[in-house]
Amino acid sequence: MTATAETTTGSRGSQPPVPDGAVTVTVKIRRFNPEFDDEPRWDSFDIPALPSDRVLNLLHYIKWYVDGTLTFRRSCAHGICGSDAMRINGVNRLACKVLLKDLLEKGSKQTTITIEPIKGLPVNKDLLVDMEPFFEAFRAVKPYLVTYGNEPTRERIQSVADRERFDDTTKCILCACCTTSCPVYWTEGSYFGPAAIVNAHRFIFDSRDEGAEERLDILNDIDGVWRCRTTFNCTDACPRGIQVTKAIQEVKRALLFKRV
Amino acid sequence: MQFHKYDVVIIGAGGAGMRAAIESGQRARTAVLTKLYPTRSHTGAAQGGMCAALANVEEDNWEWHTFDTIKGGDYLVDQDAAEIMAKEAIDAVLDLEKMGLPFNRTPEGKIDQRRFGGHTRNHGEAAVRRACYAADRTGHMILQTLYQNCVKHGIEFFNEFYVLDICLTETENGPVCTGAVAYELATGEIHVFQAKSVVFATGGFGKVFKTTSNAHTLTGDGMGIVFRKGLPLEDMEFYQFHPTGLAGLGILLTEGARGEGAILRNASGERFMERYAPTIKDLAPRDIVARSMALEVLEGRGAGPNKDYVLLDCTHLGAEVLETKLPDITEFARTYLAVDPVVEPVPVYPTAHYAMGGIPTNVHGEVLRDNDNIVPGLYAAGECACVSVHGANRLGTNSLLDINVFGRRAGIAAAEYALSRPEHVDLPENPAAAVEAQVALVLSEHGQERVADIRTELQATMDANASVYRTEDTLKQALHDVQALKERYAHIQVQDKGKRFNTDLLEAVELGFLLELAEVLVVGALARKESRGGHAREDYPNRDDTNFMRHSMFYKQGEGLAADIRLDYKPVTFTRYKPMERKY
Repeated sequence: MTATAETTTGSRGSQPPVPDGAVTVTVKIRRFNPEFDDEPRWDSFDIPALPSDRVLNLLHYIKWYVDGTLTFRRSCAHGICGSDAMRINGVNRLACKVLLKDLLEKGSKQTTITIEPIKGLPVNKDLLVDMEPFFEAFRAVKPYLVTYGNEPTRERIQSVADRERFDDTTKCILCACCTTSCPVYWTEGSYFGPAAIVNAHRFIFDSRDEGAEERLDILNDIDGVWRCRTTFNCTDACPRGIQVTKAIQEVKRALLFKRV
Repeated sequence: MQFHKYDVVIIGAGGAGMRAAIESGQRARTAVLTKLYPTRSHTGAAQGGMCAALANVEEDNWEWHTFDTIKGGDYLVDQDAAEIMAKEAIDAVLDLEKMGLPFNRTPEGKIDQRRFGGHTRNHGEAAVRRACYAADRTGHMILQTLYQNCVKHGIEFFNEFYVLDICLTETENGPVCTGAVAYELATGEIHVFQAKSVVFATGGFGKVFKTTSNAHTLTGDGMGIVFRKGLPLEDMEFYQFHPTGLAGLGILLTEGARGEGAILRNASGERFMERYAPTIKDLAPRDIVARSMALEVLEGRGAGPNKDYVLLDCTHLGAEVLETKLPDITEFARTYLAVDPVVEPVPVYPTAHYAMGGIPTNVHGEVLRDNDNIVPGLYAAGECACVSVHGANRLGTNSLLDINVFGRRAGIAAAEYALSRPEHVDLPENPAAAVEAQVALVLSEHGQERVADIRTELQATMDANASVYRTEDTLKQALHDVQALKERYAHIQVQDKGKRFNTDLLEAVELGFLLELAEVLVVGALARKESRGGHAREDYPNRDDTNFMRHSMFYKQGEGLAADIRLDYKPVTFTRYKPMERKY
């Protein structure tokens, strides 16, 4: 998968007025539409943007005013829905959580931003990938509260400390930034990947849950936690600040010592 | 064209849709069609909490919650529905806890509760701790928990299936809903889903405004489809502006911040809400706080270089409260405005947030075709529906409550109705024809208008002319603009002509719904010559119970985007609360 051509695509009509304080940025995007293309290519777009713009704003500008065929997912635009995970300048980020000013290195004239789809999942079109394998791994770890016996009439009691124990992993928005930053996942697609393990952790360490053993059995599998090589890419990639590698280590430890 | 047959089809996989699916899926053969992946829905953006009179931390009861909801809605609430919602709120919260939702806890290990706008003890005496919460991620936790339980129950999802039409079959007793028609984003194929029951749970239409807390995908698709079928929409002029959007961006900062003690200040540092709501101050309902903020700015007391926002002061709460109870909004302020709420106040201004109106339903989620009759087999729940539990102004947290209480009710009712029918009613002839024609038209060469330009101009005129304050003149301007944009929409050009993930086409279709709904909103706002809840007319500053204590009902007259709108009215249901002046 190498670049075949560098092209600048034509405009779809006149551009909106350039706001004060805008800089010109070159956005280099990995494009591929299997409906028409034999192989992927790079397209470059020179567009005006404000330092306070999110990368998502840049993509919208291109789609709305330059090339309507550019395809990506997005919804909430502020880092909550997890739709717009992509590889921005070589690292996995949400396009709506990266501001242009954070990409313009101080003192340098570098104004090129490179955007590619997240790796390890089949590319459906441009920056949009097939999320099914990712969600399949999530569903495989029984990502729901497992309990036996009668339910209480009121709520289950849980101490503040017990609730705190799994707080970090409840923040996951299933964006796939972590899983698709993992070198093991790139080469061995059968690996559950960090996000699935994070969501298993969220229940394994929930004092109300009684399904830890079932989940640990699943994660002890050949495609489970032991594939993790502690590269910390996942922790760096998480837009929610979850200590992903730590969570995976805690699951490993629970397996080794049979203790939650 | 592909064909599918289910007992129940649910459209939308946010909170209401998945809550309905959990009920329906355990009773009847159910499919959920969603234009996004399930966990992408905007329920996940809700922050502050979900109110229920659990009385875990102080005395409370559901009757007070009912009263607050009715008063908060400026007495346009249907009181029987509000009573059901407040009563069932308690089980709704407990059900979520049992499904696994990680609520914050009290020192005794019970579900913790915090204060929220308009929720009071003993009919307005003082703010009460009623909102059950999980930090400032309550909506995220609800969405995740509901999806987890859908996985547990093996609910069948059709992801990125964009529903564009429903099937109504005419019978001697009027129309019956028999299915839905969807466009599959991955392939461009049309799918017909025959069903005994169809549930709309498609959310709001905040994207008619420029400054909004809403996701790009909130384009009122469900409401638009129903309206185009000649079925009514209710109370569409009532649109909520959330007081604390990040200035200039509209990103939501939860009211829970003020619940935890944050204070709104003007440029001189004055706590101005003391003047507007002397008893509960910053915790007045959203319509009152939003208007107060707008007035401060209009009268020259705004902060910042252009005096166009006010300040949300959280600095006295301390780093620990912010990091543990309000971590996400703290991060939003840091990321998007480079403002650290721990040490400096955050610039805020009202942001378009929530539609009180929508598809009229009864308390079982059954959709009305006029004031007295339902459409058998058709249901709606959540923001796209109007029960009406929110009246003219929704209280904070009552949307998360609404989706759980009425999502559950609609799911049960849809499944039970389906099980009570031995056979599917026949679909109308050529059920996919209208959608096929619509898609073909949008893709055909018929003009040069750009979707983004029309949408930008629509949002600009709605922000300028139909937001927090409205007058006859501004609304007439908005109506003129929207109608002109509708004409231009007839000449739009879509650049992507492909079948695969054609989001260019998707945005064009969405814009059609936005234009349709913007006009309904404006027509309703023009006709309602009074101020009530979220609808504030500068030229009619008072509530007028003699002429306007009634719901608006909008019907589309004829075909095509430019068709006329007929306005009718529906009485408000009263049980025990007489309208009073609304003071806080």
